[in-house]
Amino acid sequence: MTARIGVVVFPGTNCEHDVVAALAREGGKAELVWHGERSLGGYDAIVLPGGFAHGDYLRPGAIARFSPVMEAVATFAADGGPVVGICNGFQVLTEAGLLPGALQKNRDLRFLCTTVGIRVETLRTPLTAAAVQGAVLQIPINHFEGNYTCDVETLARLRDEDRVVFRYTDNPNGSVDDIAGVCNAEGNVVGLMPHPERASDLLLGSADGVPLLRSLLEAAGSRASLPA
Amino acid sequence: MSAFHVLVEVRLRPGIADPQGATIERALPALGFTGVHGVGVGKAIRFTVEAADEDHARRQAEEMTERLLSNPVIEEAAIDVRAVVAP
Repeated sequence: MTARIGVVVFPGTNCEHDVVAALAREGGKAELVWHGERSLGGYDAIVLPGGFAHGDYLRPGAIARFSPVMEAVATFAADGGPVVGICNGFQVLTEAGLLPGALQKNRDLRFLCTTVGIRVETLRTPLTAAAVQGAVLQIPINHFEGNYTCDVETLARLRDEDRVVFRYTDNPNGSVDDIAGVCNAEGNVVGLMPHPERASDLLLGSADGVPLLRSLLEAAGSRASLPA
Repeated sequence: MSAFHVLVEVRLRPGIADPQGATIERALPALGFTGVHGVGVGKAIRFTVEAADEDHARRQAEEMTERLLSNPVIEEAAIDVRAVVAP
């Protein structure tokens, strides 16, 4: 059975087609899912792409977390389904409480649109299983609120439990402990500020996101082959 | 039921970096305002709410603040509730 990946679209999401196209290039089958959906039945992985869900009003992700689809995302995650939040999707996942911490305004109050190095810190997630431990990937960032913040207890837990998934090699935004991405305790929910889908072809300047996209497709494939 | 004016003031928790506040603080001396410290930037959210009494109005405002208006991971809030005085 071919794995199906659901790419959630909130009003204001703007990276959904990039994610679908990048996954399709790697042989995946990705489809858009409107945020009003209450069921994610039939999907083997879920991506919350970047953009400005609900205009980022109040706080990025603050309104999106109450979209009907988010209850289904929480259920899918609790069932062990792979969930990846990219940029604004990461912000939505923290607001929804599916990932710890919060994304604050960048340290220097600048919107950052550039390519940065991120180090793969763990292979235990559906986004990194096929990557190389310690590899430094060149991946674009594009955010104003990407400054990862959490309290000291949470940070200690993230480190002890191998839940820091990516670290910046040269911290662009003030994130605590250079964190660019984290996962939940089980490892199946991942959030990151950089955009792997924008590093999916050398023509785009980097193809370093490809191992991450392939990891996700493999994770979705394993889930698709599970007995229902 | 009565109407109540509610003001929710959301601010960053102590210890959370506030780059906007720091930038404003650095700009003030240029205008001649020296000796200004502790500048913090937050949000003020105002609304009126119908409730049986002030306690109910406050409890609703507290729940809204906890669930939507603030992110307790990085923010705290002060809530002010006043009965709407009929003109």
